[in-house]
Amino acid sequence: MFRYKLPPWLLLLLPAIIVLAAVVMLPLLLSLYSSFTPYRLTRPDSLFKWIGTYNYEKALTDSKFWAAFGRTIVLLTIALNLEMLLGLGLALLVSKVTRGQRALRTMMMFPMMFSPVLVGFQFKFIFNDNVGLVNNALQSLGITDQVIPWLVDGKLAMFSIIFAEVWTSTSVFAILILAGLYAIPKDPLEAAKVDGCTSWQTFRHITLPFIMPFIYIAMAIRSLDVARAYDIVQIMTNGGPARRTELLWTLIGRTGYVDAKMGYANAMGYTSIFLAIFFTVYFFRKLTSARNELGMGG
Amino acid sequence: MAEVHLEKVVKKYGELEVVHGIDLDIGHNEFVVFVGPSGCGKSTTLRMIAGLENISGGNIRIGDRVVNDLPPRARNISMVFQNYALYPHMSVRENLGFSLKIAGKDKAEIEAAVDEAAAILSLTPLLDRKPGELSGGQRQRVAMGRAIVRHPDVFLFDEPLSNLDAKLRTQMRVEIKKLHRKIKTTIIYVTHDQVEAMTLADRIVIMRNGSIEQQGTPLEVFANPVSTFVATFIGSPPMNLIDGVVKGGQVVFSDGTSLPVPPRYSAAEGQRVQYGVRADNIMPIGHALPPEEHMAELDMTVSLSEPLGTETILFGEISDTEIQAKMLNPRPVEPGETMRFQITLDKCHLFDAESGVSLRT
Repeated sequence: MFRYKLPPWLLLLLPAIIVLAAVVMLPLLLSLYSSFTPYRLTRPDSLFKWIGTYNYEKALTDSKFWAAFGRTIVLLTIALNLEMLLGLGLALLVSKVTRGQRALRTMMMFPMMFSPVLVGFQFKFIFNDNVGLVNNALQSLGITDQVIPWLVDGKLAMFSIIFAEVWTSTSVFAILILAGLYAIPKDPLEAAKVDGCTSWQTFRHITLPFIMPFIYIAMAIRSLDVARAYDIVQIMTNGGPARRTELLWTLIGRTGYVDAKMGYANAMGYTSIFLAIFFTVYFFRKLTSARNELGMGG
Repeated sequence: MAEVHLEKVVKKYGELEVVHGIDLDIGHNEFVVFVGPSGCGKSTTLRMIAGLENISGGNIRIGDRVVNDLPPRARNISMVFQNYALYPHMSVRENLGFSLKIAGKDKAEIEAAVDEAAAILSLTPLLDRKPGELSGGQRQRVAMGRAIVRHPDVFLFDEPLSNLDAKLRTQMRVEIKKLHRKIKTTIIYVTHDQVEAMTLADRIVIMRNGSIEQQGTPLEVFANPVSTFVATFIGSPPMNLIDGVVKGGQVVFSDGTSLPVPPRYSAAEGQRVQYGVRADNIMPIGHALPPEEHMAELDMTVSLSEPLGTETILFGEISDTEIQAKMLNPRPVEPGETMRFQITLDKCHLFDAESGVSLRT
């Protein structure tokens, strides 16, 4: 009897291949395909109408899309840099602590333990113009007698969102940079002291190059995170007021699920993935070169 | 260009005192080597001089300045570390010039100083490489170069050769000695290797448990060790020490053999002592140096021989103590062969068995 036998390596990989295909490949291909159709959730038959690159052309010429794209980059740039600076400061401070450092490190992680949705609600309350903590505090302290529209004014709303983002995720940087600080060999630091460096010069010329790889790892992780920012914004401002805090994924989510234009939403989604890919590649390049600097190679 | 003075220098970690009030004066351009087993406080002392460790008590002066509370950068010292401590992200050139750059020297001056140091240490072809691309010996030379570009008052070496292989270590030892001759600066050098200490030092400082056990020129400490600790630490192979009791001008060992109390040593009748004789001073007759004035002879059965070419080390036993002896113009020796040995009494030592202190008069 003829029996076709699969090569053992394929046989062994098969479970993983099947699971990956079902969970990742199929949805991916389906969504890619649907981005070339006028697919609307409310009209399933529209999935079978091929319209070529129409959705992509529409997205690329849509000023709303580009506004959201730009806003996402602004958020990414400001939030990442702030988080990096604050995280670096926090890590440097914590690394100097001799007693209770473990407890501090654990406490530092607390913001990461909350669901972004809850963080969103929390800051929505804090920045609320009527009952919010911030306005009440400012008024009680007599700093202002105005009602500051934190979540209503476009710029202030963006600020509030960035504030919430930074609050949740600074610890990602702090923890990774702290790990970097622990990994620095003691000798070069001492050599620098003997060579005449002040603490600032030691930090600038020795410590910083050593922790750069860790900063870039944190940047790469967080850039992916922020590029897909959705939940905090959705809760705090819902992309409003009048789309002034609309980010890529709140726009895509709205287009896909509220307007039901899934094909178009998918097309925007694929376009914006390039943003994420760009930042990831960029930071990994930086990471590799920083590691090469240190002779860590590979 | 400076002297270094240590006055009652103490180091404590909490309750634990690891350096117990060291007094030491190091002269201008002197090459002083701190030697001792690990944990004897030699590195700690060096790091206190460098300013990398706080001083718990006493004074350290470099030149005429008390430097106790000065940071390392204000002490005008250079240090070479055991693990080289090069800056991995900088090229050799940048590593060498780093301290001058920090000091705000102008580019031309830095370049001249770097070129000069590179020339002294034959690093010129390596200037544009990163430390990761260098061999151990090259890295060590860069570390030394980094130290010399600044023309410091004092050089501090912290076990600089212990990460190198044996051959390279010998080579670098010579380089360090040449370097000292060229640049004429006070050098304080820490090592646990007595050969390095003997070969490099103008003066050896032997440390033990946080105190100075003995100091002197290499030949002094070799010839007149103040204690059994120094006697066994300095010299290779280590000095043979045999337990015995003094009886009528003789030291009698437990198996009944005896040797005369060496000249210039005195011990009370009945005192328990350790008789010290180096391998160089116990040699089989016929394969030995010509006899001197005070000699003794005894028989010993050889249990093992280690031919080294120009000489052979013979292992035997006197009253259950292993003895190493040296045989010149060697011939093959079979284990179990009994030979007659001559002992040069003028070069033998006697130590108190309790305290280990030399009984030299």
